[in-house]
Amino acid sequence: MPLLEIKDLYVTVEGTEIIKGMNLTVNPGEVHSIMGPNGSGKSTLAKVLAGHEDYEVTSGQIIYKDKDLLDMSPDERAGEGVFLAFQYPIEIPGVSNMQFLRASINAVRKYRGLEEIDAMDLLGLIRDKCKLLRMDQTLLKRSVNEGFSGGEKKRHEILQMAVLEPTLCVLDETDSGLDIDALRIVSGGVNSLRSGDRAMIVVTHYQRLLDYIVPDFVHVLMDGNIVHSGGKDLALELEDKGYEWLEKEKEREPAAS
Amino acid sequence: MSTATEVQSSYIADHAALLAEVSEDSPDWLRKLRADAIARFETLGFPTTKHEDWRYTNIRPIAEGNFQWSADEPEKVSQEDIDKFHFGDLSCTQLLFVDGKYVPQHSHRRPLPVPDGLIVKSLGNALKEHAELIEPYLAKHAEFRDEAFAALNTAYIEDGGFVYVPKDLKLENPIHLLFVSTAGDHKRATHPRNLIIVEDGGDATVLEDYASLGDGEHFTNAVTEVIVKDDATANHYLIERDNEQTYNVSTLQVYQQDRSNFASHSLLIGGAIVRNNVRPVLDGEKCDSLINGLYISYKQQHMDNHMRVTHAKPNCDSRQFYKGILEDDARAVFTGRIVVDQIAQKTDAKQSNMNLLLSDNAQADAMPQLEIYADDVKCTHGATVGQIDEEAIFYLMARGLSDEAARGLLIYAFAGEVLDRMTIQPVRDVLEQLVLDHLPEGLVEHL
Repeated sequence: MPLLEIKDLYVTVEGTEIIKGMNLTVNPGEVHSIMGPNGSGKSTLAKVLAGHEDYEVTSGQIIYKDKDLLDMSPDERAGEGVFLAFQYPIEIPGVSNMQFLRASINAVRKYRGLEEIDAMDLLGLIRDKCKLLRMDQTLLKRSVNEGFSGGEKKRHEILQMAVLEPTLCVLDETDSGLDIDALRIVSGGVNSLRSGDRAMIVVTHYQRLLDYIVPDFVHVLMDGNIVHSGGKDLALELEDKGYEWLEKEKEREPAAS
Repeated sequence: MSTATEVQSSYIADHAALLAEVSEDSPDWLRKLRADAIARFETLGFPTTKHEDWRYTNIRPIAEGNFQWSADEPEKVSQEDIDKFHFGDLSCTQLLFVDGKYVPQHSHRRPLPVPDGLIVKSLGNALKEHAELIEPYLAKHAEFRDEAFAALNTAYIEDGGFVYVPKDLKLENPIHLLFVSTAGDHKRATHPRNLIIVEDGGDATVLEDYASLGDGEHFTNAVTEVIVKDDATANHYLIERDNEQTYNVSTLQVYQQDRSNFASHSLLIGGAIVRNNVRPVLDGEKCDSLINGLYISYKQQHMDNHMRVTHAKPNCDSRQFYKGILEDDARAVFTGRIVVDQIAQKTDAKQSNMNLLLSDNAQADAMPQLEIYADDVKCTHGATVGQIDEEAIFYLMARGLSDEAARGLLIYAFAGEVLDRMTIQPVRDVLEQLVLDHLPEGLVEHL
């Protein structure tokens, strides 16, 4: 059974149609990369999966774990194991990272019918993940994302992903704003979470990230639809030829995904 | 509508009753002070919204409310009634006033023994025993000649807290001045008067706390004068947790000398109309003054915070941080005046007022007022009125928090900044709980 099935999806943002009849199937354990030029609908897909209310699904279906994902609120989706690593993580002055992580873990655990996490266990867990992501633990005392560098924000997203143990990870432009060292660390964190029952959708503009997080499938999104799918080599081809190459292809034959 | 004379009649008529009660024991200077003050009040009358400083706050319910001063002994209160206003197991000296009258049975000195030279007494008793310590300061700083409420309070000087901290004595435990109104059927007016003197190098914290036992209307008109001498530190907390039928006008007048530190922390959650005047005068070099406050208002509550920081000497820093959370039809006003005298060079003054509106009908007005006569100063001010950031709500929900929990966390975080500046942990814990109890229902389950 697939983990996620997107069927003939149409999405409108503030009256403009961004995703136009998209189809995608993701099985447990798979890593799918969604690539495409700016404005093609990559981030819209990420937001729709997480349930942002400004992104209106006008038609189509998203089936996740055999349930209707579009029926669920963002917090229910998180409880069900959907995790979006934000392209632009939000700053929340006055809430410490530690408070935030505890509230988040306990909310998700409650949804999953688990007891609240013990304070010492929580600390141990977070310390381990901080080490993995080479994050300075003093960040935990600071307000959520406040004054964080771009790299710190992205590492913090992956830290959250690591502690929430999602089933479907959606990474929205996780590589943007990262230098090569940070990219390596973040990718290492992501790779450590790869497993047979966890799937990932990696949204990126550049091929560079895929050198570190090697996908099973690469899909090219253009003008709201997947115009081309292939294996990891497709990313290299794109790097080489640019998106224009596919735009020309697209003109020749309508997309079949 | 009443005419102006009728409006003030009860306040003036009651004054004769007060004098009959207290005048005999009072020193001459105090009798004269009361007489001058009531004369000033008669001349000034209550301010109306035509008065610049009262533009957004209509105090007609106070002026026309027929609140009465009473000579009666206070009603009996139980220990249980009072215990709920304690700060956990924090050991502190407490002076209890019920409907404006000192209640020694429920007042205590802690920790013991009392350090040499420290005086913590009701002002009424202190006037009998330490008049010579009081005379040089009482009503010397809180201006009553142009301020109707201060004039009225000064005319009615009867009781309140008196704290005298001798040279170099640093108190670790705060002093709790607890003003409880029984708030029964009688519409009482009380005029608490507090005087806090911290001598050179001393250090003290005083909690001025207003609470009601009943649901009736009450009018409190308080004036607190704080004198912070060279190298001394004083912290003042104002806690307004009265019922929502109460009218509270509080004036905190602070006089700072060289290298002194002063902090004012306020939490306003009670009252129908609350006016909170905070007025430090930095009349020494290298002083620090912090004004930190949070107001949470619901329904028809009206909270007016009126700050006036006067930099009278060079090289001083002042900070004003006020935040408000407004729900329903609540209304808030923040006026932040910074006056920098011509000689007060190198003044560094900051002011910030932020309001979080939780309903479309709530309203906040912020008015920074800078009067700067020196040329080498740094003065900044900022004010915001906004709603909850929906992108932050989405972020938190995407991490599993319910919509309500996310809102609760963000509101709490907004308030948290103010609480974080309060340095006495047991006091902060209690105030934090008061804040949590005052957030919209259902928002705090995950905190």
